[in-house]
Amino acid sequence: MTDMNFPFLSVLIFFPLLGAIALFFADRKQVRFIRIFTLVWTLLEFAVSLPLYWYFDETWNGIQFLERMDWFPEWGVSYLLGIDGISLLLILLTTFLTVLCVLCSWKAIEQHVKEYHITFLFLEMAMIGALSALDLVLFYIFWELMLVPMYLLIGIWGGPKRIYAAIKFFLYTMAGSVLMLVAILALYFHYHHETGIYTFNVLELYKANIPLLKQYWLFAAFAFSFAIKVPMFPFHTWLPDAHTEAPTAGSVILAGVLLKMGTYGFLRFAIPLFPAAAFAAVPLISILAIGGIIYGAIMCLMQTDVKRLIAYSSVSHLGYVMLGMFAFNLQGLEGSIYQMLNHGISTGGLFLIVGMIYERRHTRMIADFGGLSKPMPVFAAFFMIITLSSIALPGTNGFVGEFLILLGAFRSNMVYGILATTGVVLGAAYMLWMFQRVMFGQVKKEENRKLLDVDKREAVILCTIVLFVFLMGLYPKMFFKKMDATAAGYLEYVKGRNAFYSLATADQKTTEMPLLAYAAKPTTDKGY
Amino acid sequence: MADYIWLIPFFPAVGFLINGLSCNKTSKTFVSWVACGALFFSFLVSAAIFVNFLQLPAEGRIFEKDVFDWIVSGELAVRMGFKIDALSVIMCLVVTGVGFLIHVYSVGYMHDDPGFTRYFTYLNLFVFMMLLLVTGNNLLLMFVGWEGVGLCSYLLIGFWYEKDSASNAGKKAFIVNRIGDFGFLLGIFLLFVSLGTQGVWTLKFSEIQPNAHLLSVPLATAITMLFFVGAVGKSAQIPLYVWLPDAMEGPTPVSSLIHAATMVTAGVYMIARLNFLYSMAPDTLFVVALIGALTAIFAASIGFAQYDIKKVLAYSTISQLGYMFVGVGVGAYAAGIFHLMTHAFFKGLLFLGAGSVMHAMSGELDMRNMGGLRKKIPITYWTFFIACLAIAGIPGLSGFFSKDEILWKAFSSPHGHPGIWLLGTVAAGMTAFYMFRLLFRTFFGECRASDEVKHHIHESPKIMTVPLIILAALSIAGGYLGVPHILGGGNRIERFLEPVLGPPQHAVATRDMSITASAWASVGAEEAAGGGSLELILMATSVLIGLFGIYLAYLFYVKNPELPKRFTERFRSLYRVVNHKYYVDEFYEAIFVRGLLKVGGGLMRVVDDGMIEGSVNGTGSLMKRMGGIIRLIETGYVQAYAFGIIVGAIFVAGYLIMKPIM
Amino acid sequence: MLQDIPHGFYFILSGILFTIGAIGAITRRNAIVIFMCIELMLNAVNLAFITAGNALSSMDGAVFVFFIMTVAAVEAAVGLAIFITIFRLKGTINADEVNLLKG
Repeated sequence: MTDMNFPFLSVLIFFPLLGAIALFFADRKQVRFIRIFTLVWTLLEFAVSLPLYWYFDETWNGIQFLERMDWFPEWGVSYLLGIDGISLLLILLTTFLTVLCVLCSWKAIEQHVKEYHITFLFLEMAMIGALSALDLVLFYIFWELMLVPMYLLIGIWGGPKRIYAAIKFFLYTMAGSVLMLVAILALYFHYHHETGIYTFNVLELYKANIPLLKQYWLFAAFAFSFAIKVPMFPFHTWLPDAHTEAPTAGSVILAGVLLKMGTYGFLRFAIPLFPAAAFAAVPLISILAIGGIIYGAIMCLMQTDVKRLIAYSSVSHLGYVMLGMFAFNLQGLEGSIYQMLNHGISTGGLFLIVGMIYERRHTRMIADFGGLSKPMPVFAAFFMIITLSSIALPGTNGFVGEFLILLGAFRSNMVYGILATTGVVLGAAYMLWMFQRVMFGQVKKEENRKLLDVDKREAVILCTIVLFVFLMGLYPKMFFKKMDATAAGYLEYVKGRNAFYSLATADQKTTEMPLLAYAAKPTTDKGY
Repeated sequence: MADYIWLIPFFPAVGFLINGLSCNKTSKTFVSWVACGALFFSFLVSAAIFVNFLQLPAEGRIFEKDVFDWIVSGELAVRMGFKIDALSVIMCLVVTGVGFLIHVYSVGYMHDDPGFTRYFTYLNLFVFMMLLLVTGNNLLLMFVGWEGVGLCSYLLIGFWYEKDSASNAGKKAFIVNRIGDFGFLLGIFLLFVSLGTQGVWTLKFSEIQPNAHLLSVPLATAITMLFFVGAVGKSAQIPLYVWLPDAMEGPTPVSSLIHAATMVTAGVYMIARLNFLYSMAPDTLFVVALIGALTAIFAASIGFAQYDIKKVLAYSTISQLGYMFVGVGVGAYAAGIFHLMTHAFFKGLLFLGAGSVMHAMSGELDMRNMGGLRKKIPITYWTFFIACLAIAGIPGLSGFFSKDEILWKAFSSPHGHPGIWLLGTVAAGMTAFYMFRLLFRTFFGECRASDEVKHHIHESPKIMTVPLIILAALSIAGGYLGVPHILGGGNRIERFLEPVLGPPQHAVATRDMSITASAWASVGAEEAAGGGSLELILMATSVLIGLFGIYLAYLFYVKNPELPKRFTERFRSLYRVVNHKYYVDEFYEAIFVRGLLKVGGGLMRVVDDGMIEGSVNGTGSLMKRMGGIIRLIETGYVQAYAFGIIVGAIFVAGYLIMKPIM
Repeated sequence: MLQDIPHGFYFILSGILFTIGAIGAITRRNAIVIFMCIELMLNAVNLAFITAGNALSSMDGAVFVFFIMTVAAVEAAVGLAIFITIFRLKGTINADEVNLLKG
């Protein structure tokens, strides 16, 4: 597999940056050119990301596509990239959604078009960087880099309360990530203290033997940062504001990818670095997750703004993701990873849908709609399918994830499983109620009577979403086979490490460190 | 043959796709040919399998095939696979057969509706999901169909989405069904996990059955109870029956197909499918039978005081479903399935007949505005009449055999109880009464419609009446599949189902000897020894009660039409309560819907806006206030800053100088 | 001859010049004068560096002086440009009347 040595990840990261730089020199009046250029560029990026899927070795349970270069060797900072089955799928989701985002901004964005697309390409770079970085400093840089374009997207191209929402989003997230920075440094110095090596390499740091108390603190700092990003109840209040004010594409990316950074952070950093603390935190996180599921759903019932409603539904859906992850069994974990993708597709799709009616009516209030099925039958069909996928109807993508998560949760703790399953009922209630109020009934407002149905561009966007809804719902194996080995290896590793810690504390003596299952795949070619 | 079973659900799926993707661009003729053709082919395949079954020995009557891997994660391996055995082939025949007739009927009924294509798309999707439900070879696939039919029911109830009542009813149906699905899902989890801890990780029926003995009785009880919650939702039993009457907002053929003949019976099918689990849990069986019996009598009583003909039929359906649950609840699974089948015939027919009446009456539903239709729409009248006789349990028609089988089993089976038999028998009389009340008020007496409507009354076209006639024939003949031994029949359907549902349970002696039961045990033993005189007596009782109900209806609504009015005057408050369906809907609305919204509003104010936003914004404003104090130092004068620098420098220098000294 | 003067005197002179410059920079109102005072402070430091370098027989002091002189020149260029802009904006270069940085 000599192809493995092609630096796919670096190309993926910097290709959008190149596009952004190229756009700097574009004439700002050539709006159409800028749009087509960005579309082609993101499509190319998507095309580049596809080989990852083919070349990804699904039998290897560790890191693949490793790229390593020294950056500040004396401080142990390196440019270290690599992905496993989890980040692979998330990267594909990112490149896929970015294309849709460019498409859906075709008409919605009319001011500062050039800057908008530059921002978007920049955002794509940061997201893929954060998903593939294996060095804590590198990860932190990309993590913070994601904030800036998102802040700009909300603050410049957002709705009426955009400044408030943007600042809230920025500060909320910052508050968490600063704590994470402290924890990163603490971990760094701890590792040096223990082994005499300065390194930010996560794969090395996984081997650290951290005393329990310290572990709790560090886990808390990481978890706090990621929990805000997820967002877990009760750190979720930035989300409705950010979503409501962001432009459609911003909402799609925010829901589709940025929120996953929180859950991904748990998977990649918080849990494997501090396994004993993670296991100790299972009740707390599970209860917060269930709280999020139920609370988010109840909040949805109260919303009068469609976008706010979908934002709260994200809180509920991400609650499932966290619950599954902290079930610590294969079904829960795989369901959780799958649910991340599902949420990107279905909630992303819902935001696209809302964006489309917003473009037509310039309002998002449920009360301003009603009876839209009459003037827009094709739109209604798409909306219906995506709604159903969001309430996890069997046959759609949502079901596979939700079923596995609930099964996993039920296996690890029956009470959690039962409580979380109530979300299934509530989910149907709020989504269908919203759908009814928007789409069914008589057309009451004159403006709604002559709404145009979806045009070709919108149909293309929605068709791709619907295609994935069914593909992922009916043939999930296509995605599962890429993450099966990773998930199994991951669990074995995390559980082994946790057992090691509990043994070490019980015997008060140093036990042999368990064998590292989570290793990087060696590259065949020594030249690289 | 096993290679072809996937064809059964395949045809409706193709029909769904063709019609769904045609975007209203095809002609109505094409749409109806595709939709009906899909069903017809499915029916042919089912029939072929059935014929094939009859030629095979009883043990060989099972075809199973996995098609592809669906959800595979660790120990969980769910495959898309189909399985046909004696039970599912009967279901397939009913679904595709009755479904086909209803499709044909719909071509006439929906002919002028602008949503013609959409209607048939949904209808084909429904049949596909229903067939998935009955042919799936594992629990999860069954759940797919289970939710899928719920979705189609939602779509079809809310078919005329511009009507608020229709879209409300659809939503209600879906959400109430979801409450049931909640139980079903938990049942799957519990079954999977508790079998898994015994080392058998599976959701496949054929693997659960041989390993079911690994479960302890309390576990089996819990699992079956959870599944029963699902059945209660889907099959509209107490306390989740409230969606079914509202579901009548959908087009009438839909009520016939989904809310009478097929979907609502899925709960009965599910219990029959999992009979090996239910037989392990006598407590659950008792609950099933009790809920069934209570529902039967409760819904029948509501049926007394409704004027909307479809509502009456809806409550009648709920009541009949109660019967089926009594059947499966006393362990007489075959009797339950038998009643399911005959009910599909005559209740399907009743709904189609009601549709035909509506068609004639320009959409009128209120029986107070009908009457005297007997002469004007004779085919509808005669078929309707046959269906009424069948449901009332008049000997010779299908309903008699199936209902009586259930009542007899309720009495004699080891899981049965005379109390349940009593409830069932009373409900049978009530059924006869309200059905004939409906018949008499609609077809007899003076026509009370307005002149304009009266002018338009006409018999439905052939495409609608032919299905009526066929169903009427089935309503008569269907019963002869299950003529009990005592009447000289061989109860063929019971024997056919034996490989799946197990031999009929006669073993009264093996039953737990509770105090009330022991009294009956002696009777049962006597019966077992001395031939079926008791069975005959019971049969006669229920027939007599049925006839009495009919007579009462005749008395009230034909002979002496003033009587009902006097009656309602007399028991005014009671009548009001029954007419308002015991205010159950209002109660649910107040407690659950309003309650949830109130909780939501409170949470939003207190937690979201108050606590969380309060603390977040509080932090922000705290910073702002602190900044307000500190900014006073910032005068903006360069020299002030310079002064500050110099003073600071002097202090630092002073400290450095003084440090060695001190 | 210069070598005969003890180093201490140079430092004292440097200190006096620096103090004069500092007090002037704080108290004077005219921006040009403030600017001159800053130059005076810089040169006082230069003197101290030269002296120290001389005393320690090292060229490091002289090197620093060159740096400081460069910075001073740059500062003069930028500073004067700022004054001109401020004068255009406000019509005065009186330091008391310029408090745009007020918090």
